[in-house]
Amino acid sequence: MDDLLSEFLTETSENLATLDVEIVRLEQNPNDRDLLSNIFRLVHTIKGTCGFLGLPRLEAVAHAGENVLGKFRDGELEVTPTAVSLIFASLDRIKEILSVLEETEAEPEGDDQDLIDQLNMAAEGKLADMQGGAGAAAEAPVEETAEEEAVEEVDEDVHPDLGRPLMPGEVSLDELERVFQETAAEPEPPVDESGEAEHPEQEDEHPIAASSDIVPAKTTEPKPAAGAAGENAPKESQVSNQTIRVSVDLLENLMTMVSELVLTRNQLLQIVRNYKDSEFQVPLQRLSHVTSELQEGVMKTRMQPIGNAWAKLPRIIRDLSIELNKKIDLQMIGAETELDRQVLELIKDPLTHMVRNSGDHGIEAPEDRKMVGKSETGTITLNAFHEGGHIIIEISDDGKGLNLDKIKAKAIQNGLATEADVENMSDQQIQQFIFKAGFSTAAQVTAVSGRGVGMDVVRTNIEKIGGTIELNSVEGKGSRFTIKIPLTLAIVSALVVEAGGERFAIPQISVVELVRAAENSEHQIEEINGTPVLRLRDRLLPLVSLRRILDLGTDETQEEGAASRETFIVVSQVGTYTFGIIVDRVFDTEEIVVKPVAPILRHISLFSGNTILGDGSVIMILDPNGIAAATGEITITDDADQRQVQRDRAMDASDVTSLLLFRAGGSKQPRAVPLALVARLEELEAEKIEFSDGQPVVQYRGKLMPLVPIAPGFMPAEEGHQPVLVFADGDRAMGLMVDEIVDIVEDRININLSADTPGYMGTAIISGQATEVIDAGYFLQQAFADWFQKSQPYSNPTAGRARHVLLVDDSAFFRNLLTPVLSVAGFMVTTAEGPEAAMKLCEEGKTFDAIVSDIEMPNIDGFEFASQVRGSAWADVPIIALSSHTDPEDLDRGREVGFEDYVAKSDRDALIDTLNNVLSQDA
Amino acid sequence: MANDLVVDNASREMVALDTQQYVTVFIRNQMFGIPVLQVHDILANQKITRIPLAPQEVAGSLNLRGRIVTAIDVRRRLRLPPRDDGKNSMSVVVEVDGEPYSLIVDSVGEVLSLSDAKLEKNPSTLDPLWREVSAGIFRLDNRLMVVLDTTRLLTFDS
Repeated sequence: MDDLLSEFLTETSENLATLDVEIVRLEQNPNDRDLLSNIFRLVHTIKGTCGFLGLPRLEAVAHAGENVLGKFRDGELEVTPTAVSLIFASLDRIKEILSVLEETEAEPEGDDQDLIDQLNMAAEGKLADMQGGAGAAAEAPVEETAEEEAVEEVDEDVHPDLGRPLMPGEVSLDELERVFQETAAEPEPPVDESGEAEHPEQEDEHPIAASSDIVPAKTTEPKPAAGAAGENAPKESQVSNQTIRVSVDLLENLMTMVSELVLTRNQLLQIVRNYKDSEFQVPLQRLSHVTSELQEGVMKTRMQPIGNAWAKLPRIIRDLSIELNKKIDLQMIGAETELDRQVLELIKDPLTHMVRNSGDHGIEAPEDRKMVGKSETGTITLNAFHEGGHIIIEISDDGKGLNLDKIKAKAIQNGLATEADVENMSDQQIQQFIFKAGFSTAAQVTAVSGRGVGMDVVRTNIEKIGGTIELNSVEGKGSRFTIKIPLTLAIVSALVVEAGGERFAIPQISVVELVRAAENSEHQIEEINGTPVLRLRDRLLPLVSLRRILDLGTDETQEEGAASRETFIVVSQVGTYTFGIIVDRVFDTEEIVVKPVAPILRHISLFSGNTILGDGSVIMILDPNGIAAATGEITITDDADQRQVQRDRAMDASDVTSLLLFRAGGSKQPRAVPLALVARLEELEAEKIEFSDGQPVVQYRGKLMPLVPIAPGFMPAEEGHQPVLVFADGDRAMGLMVDEIVDIVEDRININLSADTPGYMGTAIISGQATEVIDAGYFLQQAFADWFQKSQPYSNPTAGRARHVLLVDDSAFFRNLLTPVLSVAGFMVTTAEGPEAAMKLCEEGKTFDAIVSDIEMPNIDGFEFASQVRGSAWADVPIIALSSHTDPEDLDRGREVGFEDYVAKSDRDALIDTLNNVLSQDA
Repeated sequence: MANDLVVDNASREMVALDTQQYVTVFIRNQMFGIPVLQVHDILANQKITRIPLAPQEVAGSLNLRGRIVTAIDVRRRLRLPPRDDGKNSMSVVVEVDGEPYSLIVDSVGEVLSLSDAKLEKNPSTLDPLWREVSAGIFRLDNRLMVVLDTTRLLTFDS
């Protein structure tokens, strides 16, 4: 049954039950104004809901009843037993109709003119001479009709059904009824399943003789359908018995109790874990199961479809499109997705605000849309779905996207950043400004938005409930906000960690991964000017020491041995900002109930609450938002930038690579080198730098490592530290001395080759700045002239000769990057700037041991190239595909057309390994 | 006791009554009284979780039958030197504005019934810090008892 209908049935049954009691009381206390207005209100509610649901029969009866009650209320009519009986009769009729409605989901046919007439008579005060007794509608005497007609004659202005003159545009019930009946007489219309079905005229399978417009005929006996309903009338409503209304407080209370039960269960389980073969084990397991089920059940009672929070939106968008003269279509997907009502309440307003924003700021005026070749109607899409323990809500529009220049100007105007700051920021960083307080891009304040309550509030509200919000906007194409919120606030999964001898819980939602860091492990904490950072895969992760930020005091001995001591890093994500929290130990994850901290502690922003663990001890829950804020870094981050770029990469096949930015040679201009080539970053102590044959060297890991300046004549720092990029290969390493390591970015590189200066591949625009990309190969040769001729550390020992590899890539940059990499690994490399050039080589009769080819190339892509190769003289030459993005589909397709293997572009080690593998199989 | 009470929930202990009962506690030999109606529990040594960054008066929090109770070190609140190491302490759990707090004191004594009429104002020379938390002084036979105003005791800014 339709949700709306079943809710209506429940509510109306309740109201009717109340009415029964109240009207009896009214009869005893006819002058009780409060009682009367309550009754009036209840009947009015029933009438209103019926009208809303399109239940005309019910509405008409309720309306007539309401009229009488209105007269009671206004003192125009006395509360007499006869009148009250009549009211009861109308209630009974409503009940009858309801019971049919419940069974068939449609109002029974027939009409209630008899009853309505009586009620109207009563309202007119003409009831005095009526001795209707029980006043049951069915018994209504025929002569009433005559009287009714009399009424019409006497008072033509006052419509009999309404008890008041018709308003302009109003149609009398009779007329409506007539229209309905006439409709029914026509060939049976298709039955609409969707809820139109309630209209009696459509359900009317036995069209009753055109009796409806002949009033007297009606009053003689109830209609057959009504009769059927009458038989069922005494039956209790089924739907109303299946659901009960429970106060939210009670549910909250239940939830708290269950939460406590869960905690106690956890506690017990922990105790029993220490006793093997305990007789408690089995019953405890059962208790555990039951508790879990109970918890789930109670959670479910609090779940509501997210559609409830969206209900207002279509209206808002409609009003908006009228006000702003825009054409906006609102799509809502996944409205049935359920989430905790508490969460629902909290996201209602942010959602409304964001949809409004999309309509106001995002969608352009129809003429503007036409001009840029979009359809006149803009679309705002709301999409909700479950993912893991979270709800994801996406709000996207196909509007104009964020205007970066406007944001920049506004940010400067509002003093959020200086012009210089803005110039150095990436697009993503600039977009993040809209989450700052007091920021609105609407040039004018409309009635809709731009009142200064903005995205900052939205963000705060979402983060308050442990959610995150991300923004993705392409100018001209539209914006997408992605909100991720927990299903419920009551119980969260948390990671228990230790720092400074104290335990803390970190909500699992913000934990991305755990990294173990120790001297001898893969990951080490490095420091830049005393600030700890961690190299994690292809980026530098800012670190926060929990011990330090919580002022837990530093144990001297521990601190000194920090480098050698094992620590853990909890990689956390807040919004788009990723950072690591250094902790001493990591324990289990536990389900915890978040309890607010005492008022006197609420000012500490680093805690979001506290809880009791399974072992009974109290533990503080860390608020990653607070920690991020405390580190001073909250919205403007390079990580966001990187993530954005990574995502872009999926959409866009241009080459994206991780680059290390640094300054060197006294130049202010940043320089870049592909991160894949850099083995380590070091800060060497100046006094450790020695000279050998005039060349600076340093003792590094038991060997001498030559240090190469970026420009001739550059001398290492004489005191303090000398930052060095270490390029290592096999057992050899060289250090490139630089002034300062700036950053690691992922960016698309459009290199403008300028081979004029040795050591430089050219200049590229990276993060919006002209950046010189250095040729690592050149500097390697500076250190070891024989670097590329040296023995082949990676190659297969059985290989007698250098393997010859053909590298096909349309990007000069990648050819230049990979050539030295492959050379270093002992391969002879020939390059071709595209499949055409490669096939030419084939025609020329050149032979290769292997081909390494890019996938994304203009004209002929890698897949096509592979099939060409397979049909050529090179049919047996293994081909390895290089790609910026490797998803399973591509992989399968690649294998099909004859690629031997698939390697990510940036992963040089994998490439070399794969090559060696392929070639050794071949041999 | 109940018979003496004027049942007025809003201001139970402030309404003029013939007598009130106080839980007596001791800190550094000074006797304090806490109105018995505010006292929920008396606890012996409890495992307390430290709360970093909390005001210095806050000793931490503890688990009292599933409720999280914030522990206040009354010595620190009154700027008294810390307890000697190894000396046991006691806690009196009071509820203020619906929030439970555990007041850590040196020891807990008996419960006394005292006539309100005998409650004297704070001497004007009393240390302002003490005056702030004292609701008045009782002159007992052999010593003086300071009545603690728990609400004010829990109002501190540091």
